[in-house]
Amino acid sequence: MTVPLSRPIAAPSAGAARGYRDAGARLGRAILRNRKATIGLGLLVVITFVALFPGMIAPDDPQAAIYGQQLGPSADHLLGTTQVGEDVFSQLIWGTRLTLIITVAVGALTTLISVLVGVTAAYVGGVADRSLSLLTDIFLIIPTLPLLIVLSSYLEGSGTMAIIAVLVVTGWAFGARQLRAQGLTLRTRAYLEAARVRGETSAYIILVEILPNMISLVVASFLGSAVYTVATAAGLQFLGLGNGSEMTWGTMLHFAQQNGAIESGNALWALAPGAAVALLGTSFALLNYAFDEIGNPALRRTRRRRASAA
Amino acid sequence: MPALLEVRGLSVDYLTDAGDVRAVDRVDLEVAAGEFLAIVGESGCGKSTLLFAIAQLLSPPAELAAGSVTFAGRDMVTLGERELRHVRWRDYSVVMQSAMNALNPMKSIEAQFADTMRAHARLTAEAIHQRAAEVLRLVGIDPIHLASYPHQLSGGMRQRAMIAMALLFTPQLVIMDEPTSALDVVAQRALMSQIKELQQRLGFAVVFVTHDMSLVSHYSDRLVVMYAGQIAEAAPTARLFERPLHPYSRGLLDAFPSIRGPRRLLTGIPGSPPDLARPPSGCRFQPRCPVALPECSVRDPELRAVDGADVRCLLYPAPAVPVVPAVPVAEHRA
Amino acid sequence: MTATAEPTAAAPSGSEPLLRTADLTRHFRLGGIFSHQVLHAVDDISMEIGEREIVAVVGESGSGKSTLVRLLAMLYRPTRGRIFFRGRPLESLRSRRDVLWYRRQVPMVFQDPYSSINPVFRVSHGVMRNLTLHRPELRGAARRAEAERVFEVVGLTPAREMLAKFPYEMSGGQRQRVGFAQALALQPRLILADEPVSMLDVSIRAGILNLMAELREREGVSILYITHDIASARYVADRILVMYGGHVVETGSADDVLADPKHPYTHLLLAAAPDPREPAAVDSSAVAGEPPKVVNPTEGCRFRARCPIAVDECGRVTPRLHAVGVGHAAACHLAPADPGWPGGSRDGR
Repeated sequence: MTVPLSRPIAAPSAGAARGYRDAGARLGRAILRNRKATIGLGLLVVITFVALFPGMIAPDDPQAAIYGQQLGPSADHLLGTTQVGEDVFSQLIWGTRLTLIITVAVGALTTLISVLVGVTAAYVGGVADRSLSLLTDIFLIIPTLPLLIVLSSYLEGSGTMAIIAVLVVTGWAFGARQLRAQGLTLRTRAYLEAARVRGETSAYIILVEILPNMISLVVASFLGSAVYTVATAAGLQFLGLGNGSEMTWGTMLHFAQQNGAIESGNALWALAPGAAVALLGTSFALLNYAFDEIGNPALRRTRRRRASAA
Repeated sequence: MPALLEVRGLSVDYLTDAGDVRAVDRVDLEVAAGEFLAIVGESGCGKSTLLFAIAQLLSPPAELAAGSVTFAGRDMVTLGERELRHVRWRDYSVVMQSAMNALNPMKSIEAQFADTMRAHARLTAEAIHQRAAEVLRLVGIDPIHLASYPHQLSGGMRQRAMIAMALLFTPQLVIMDEPTSALDVVAQRALMSQIKELQQRLGFAVVFVTHDMSLVSHYSDRLVVMYAGQIAEAAPTARLFERPLHPYSRGLLDAFPSIRGPRRLLTGIPGSPPDLARPPSGCRFQPRCPVALPECSVRDPELRAVDGADVRCLLYPAPAVPVVPAVPVAEHRA
Repeated sequence: MTATAEPTAAAPSGSEPLLRTADLTRHFRLGGIFSHQVLHAVDDISMEIGEREIVAVVGESGSGKSTLVRLLAMLYRPTRGRIFFRGRPLESLRSRRDVLWYRRQVPMVFQDPYSSINPVFRVSHGVMRNLTLHRPELRGAARRAEAERVFEVVGLTPAREMLAKFPYEMSGGQRQRVGFAQALALQPRLILADEPVSMLDVSIRAGILNLMAELREREGVSILYITHDIASARYVADRILVMYGGHVVETGSADDVLADPKHPYTHLLLAAAPDPREPAAVDSSAVAGEPPKVVNPTEGCRFRARCPIAVDECGRVTPRLHAVGVGHAAACHLAPADPGWPGGSRDGR
């Protein structure tokens, strides 16, 4: 049972005492103080850098099949070469960009749709809420993996756009549910009633009064979606449902598996992209935990003084 | 006769990232058997924290920094969890604020009473049923409601059910934290009346925390007024209402608009309680005090006995004997 | 079912009162579409508010006072009955411009200082939005000056510094003042104050009550003050309406209602009024009584279950408001007929 701090000192509304513009600095400081956030952000920054400037790290053309085949790791080829003589390390570095693009794109689009559907349903209520909730539930019930496979095989060969589309279609419903739930709790807040009595329109209330209070959940939604996407996109590409001519970690996994990399002793070809996927997923997951802690002070580790008996 | 509950030099700190905040500062209290003690103060004064400390319910980031709590001769702070369980509910019980929301919505009233009884004693099912019906009758609820679920009872009834639950083992002391604040005005007053009746009938002592002085004015034997974590004044109730010594007590009494007599201008006590992370130097009430002296912002007043009351105010100079125990206070800080 | 003509109290004679309701009723259907449970939150309320006056509506939970203020704030639509503002019926306000015309003149101050201000914005947000929506003629420096002015009027000084604060940096009392400042920025005729001091510490309440009285004097605005505390109603209001179970049970000037209450419920409220100097007047026998949830009610007085002097007629005929004095009315079959009624004397006991 926790006892609340005395009111005049601070009375933050649960999880939402942050402003739009003015919160930037506070948020920055909070991130730096939280270890999970720093690690996660650090990882993400490194990966983003690699995605933006692959040439600086691995000048070799990843698809140039000019080296010796199936070489083990060496000074020239840090991770060895593939079946047809491409440099694995180059592939890993150059594959970062597209992987990251897919992840961020799906995350952003999913979150956008979730927010629109979820918050509108919560605020408008009535028939609109019932219909939107029904829609959300339908998309939630549909088994994801079979749908992904079916859709992907229809779009086989169409590559990145197809994967993004498929993941967004199957991924938005979860976030919509969560955002609707939080929207419902916020709906009874007096400041929303106050906005109505002021004469504000519903659109204004949703966009300006409600949404900023849901930022932590929106960010969490995005991060959660990113974690989901990293793994699932790689999985789809691994199954061969991506576009083989596009360089991503998932397609690397696919080709490594097709060519029996592990059995033929060239394990790094498969392990490297796998580890990279895990690393990217972890960075988002760490940021997700960290945002939870920042937003909800009750989750933070508290210092304890050792009490000794007199 | 030794006091039933003795609190000496109690201090409670909140450990925050920004430093430690002392929410309760060196509080001394005594409750005799069968006595009704009211602790009154506004939000942030530390009264609830004090109550939690007495009931051994503090949890991080709150921590007991100093002092002792002695109940029926036993030092509560050093009791282990197992021993505490023997004492809890049998010798003392607790009724929380909005206790009606502490009831499990999935269980009937009788089931919850049974849970409580089984947690603290070994009784037959028949005995449990009898006792449950008995306590309900005590608080004026028809025992037919033993089978009811919380949502089927009104707010007032739920609150009374919680009080009944606190009386299951006829404890010597019942601690209450604003048990009526969620009720309507009339229900509040009626419930207070009932609590007093029960107290007189069963003989238990009561420690009652509230922000509403008028609620306890007719029921408590002694009244303790808290401000910014400290006791500002403590006196027999009638005495305090007749002649409040501390400017804060006076201000509180004057803040109630009267329902008869001429209308006079109320001023209340403008301003707000101090930030306990950075308490003002000298008297904590000084920034809001209408009769502050220059030295009030420099010297920290001690609690001292004046005319049958204990007051912490420089308006009442020494050489009255300060209310400090002769035995050294136990320190719980490493 | 119409209420009898309610004797008007302080409305200036001859002219249309600022706000008037006629048989205002609001019901809510409980449960699903097929349920027959109808909650009668407010039934047949006919009341008036004049210029420059503070009218208090006193009642406990379930009395209908919160529903009433939300009907007047156009947050609910009446099930029956009408509301007139400066002679215009509210149902005639259809276009956005009409609605904004009303909202500019009748703003609302809310009960909970901790949730009535959006925590993500500075406290200037509400005032500025009000000015943008309702006083677009003010631009730039003039707007900022007006925001500072209303903050000063409510006592939040230095205004510029206060406007820049976030809600969590302010105490409860200060936040309520922000609520009043927001309302003032509109230059309103009537402020609907929904229990503005209930959640504040006792020592802070006086400041807000005094502010309300000051607004009536200095700014000439009327205030509808909803409360459960009849003592504060006496302190600040010119007239008092007592509500119970969706009905108005007594109405009159603050002095009359308090000194000479005619309805048994008013007596009960007075007995329970928080005043540490008063003797304890509510005993535990009242513990069984609670305000009812009025669902599918039958005829008869809704207070009869708790009434110490109820007679047969009370269970059969719903009492109507009728005059018991000059500008003083009560809805009780036994008022003022029974001379032995305790409380018929001047001192209210």
